[in-house]
Amino acid sequence: MALLEVKNLGISFGGLKAVDEFNITIEEGQLYGLIGPNGAGKTTVFNLLTGVYRPTLGTITLDGKNLVGKGPAEICKCGVARTFQNIRLFGKMTVLDNVKTALHNQVKYSEAVCFFHGPVYKKKEQEMTDMAMDVLKVFGLDGYGETLASNLPYGQQRKLEIARALATNPKLLLLDEPAAGMNPNETAELMDTIRLIREKYHITILLIEHDMKLVAGICEYLTVLNFGTELASGTPAEVLNDPKVITAYLGE
Amino acid sequence: MKKTSNRQVWFNIAVIAAAYVLVTILLKGNLLNRQYTSLLVPIAVNIMLAVSLNLVTGFLGELTLGHAGFMSIGAYTGALISLNLGKTEVLPAPAAFALALLCGGLMAAVFGFLIGVPVLRLRGDYLAIVTLAFGEIIKSVINSMEITNGARGLSKIPLYSNYTNYTVVFFLMVLTVLAVTNLMKSRDGRAIMAIRDNDIAAESIGIKISHFKVKAFVIAAFFAGVAGVIYAHNVGLLKPGTFDYNKSIEILVIVVLGGMGSIRGSIIAAIILTVLPELLRGTDNLRMLLYAIVLIAMMIFNNSKIKEGLMMNRTFRKLGRKEA
Repeated sequence: MALLEVKNLGISFGGLKAVDEFNITIEEGQLYGLIGPNGAGKTTVFNLLTGVYRPTLGTITLDGKNLVGKGPAEICKCGVARTFQNIRLFGKMTVLDNVKTALHNQVKYSEAVCFFHGPVYKKKEQEMTDMAMDVLKVFGLDGYGETLASNLPYGQQRKLEIARALATNPKLLLLDEPAAGMNPNETAELMDTIRLIREKYHITILLIEHDMKLVAGICEYLTVLNFGTELASGTPAEVLNDPKVITAYLGE
Repeated sequence: MKKTSNRQVWFNIAVIAAAYVLVTILLKGNLLNRQYTSLLVPIAVNIMLAVSLNLVTGFLGELTLGHAGFMSIGAYTGALISLNLGKTEVLPAPAAFALALLCGGLMAAVFGFLIGVPVLRLRGDYLAIVTLAFGEIIKSVINSMEITNGARGLSKIPLYSNYTNYTVVFFLMVLTVLAVTNLMKSRDGRAIMAIRDNDIAAESIGIKISHFKVKAFVIAAFFAGVAGVIYAHNVGLLKPGTFDYNKSIEILVIVVLGGMGSIRGSIIAAIILTVLPELLRGTDNLRMLLYAIVLIAMMIFNNSKIKEGLMMNRTFRKLGRKEA
């Protein structure tokens, strides 16, 4: 059975159909790309999948569980994590605390422990720190633990956002333009990191990207979105040579 | 890293002990005149109010202007309990006071919950205005109720928490500061700060926003209520007019001056801003003017390059120590 099955998904804002009859099936372990020209509705699809918007039509099932109608926090608990196109970190918190916050639903202790620290607090916090450091190490951020997130350079902030999403222990990771604003070197490095986390954490990844080199380089399957509807789907080679796609991107 | 945190704990314990010893010496040695002795409990009350408001304003990032409302609920609840228990004399004084503290805090927390649930869906300016209105409503209700004795207020409240019982007050203040400090270093505290920094991202990593907003609101209301009980049992009489929006603003000024999200700052600012009006008493007519000027000067200093420089020096010293 597929990990994520989206059928007939649609949402309209007033009279505008931002996404219409969108279908996607992602198998476990797949690295799936979602591409399309500006304003095609890619981020809207992410917002629908993570419960930021409620779809007007259609179904979303993850591992056989229905996700429609659930809020973002609940969907995160079901195993979907995401990053944002415009970075959303907890700027006034340290890098380590950013990741520890994401462990919120995995390592728990009672309110009493929150107020009056004791041995339980020490043990659980240490556990969280160790888990967070493990994730940070993957991204080479373990040396920045005590730095404020807003003081990190741009490229590192992007990485920290992925690290934070990974810390929630997702089955499906949604990356919204992870390479936006990166130079070619940083993009290449990011491709390696994405491959690495996929193997290390055995997760499924759906990514939105404009950088065709990155998309063609790592995605196994692509869906092209245009004006809120699906234009084409297939392997990168098939899709990127499809005349319809070329027209959508470059015009007649 | 572990060593630094241990050192921090010992440093804090030393500061608390030193503060206690200092207060004891000042009181036992009769080094303070009456005017300053009477300020000790108000300082503690203001610290508790500022630290609890900082939880909502500094850490959760929501501006509220009704903190005096929670204080008054605590004060009246506590005072009514001690007055009624005092008549019957079933409980010894310390037990009666403990009961008053607990009930005052809980009653304020209940109101914090009742108001927090609908109100925290609002944001920013809207929340500020609604909480301002709430504070005024509480004042009016207390003003018109029979049990609170209306505008005449309550009097002859037993003085369980005046300066002669400074140990109890000091203990409660330390407990409040410790509870809030600990909270902010815990799982729940991180969730609260995450909501302040970016609510959409916080939600996306599984944090229920409304749950933690209400939680922060309720906890802050509880400690404001406890501070109110101490206030009532220090002054001995309560009037609804005391808890108007001026009081709420006064607490907010302490928080802003001390720095949003800085507990240490709140404590220092609470001490300065409680003592300052008394220090300026000698200047008579110019008192409020000077108070305002000092406030402006301190705000400017707070955001100045001079302070930044001082802080930088400290950070470098810390870094140097770490590397050594």
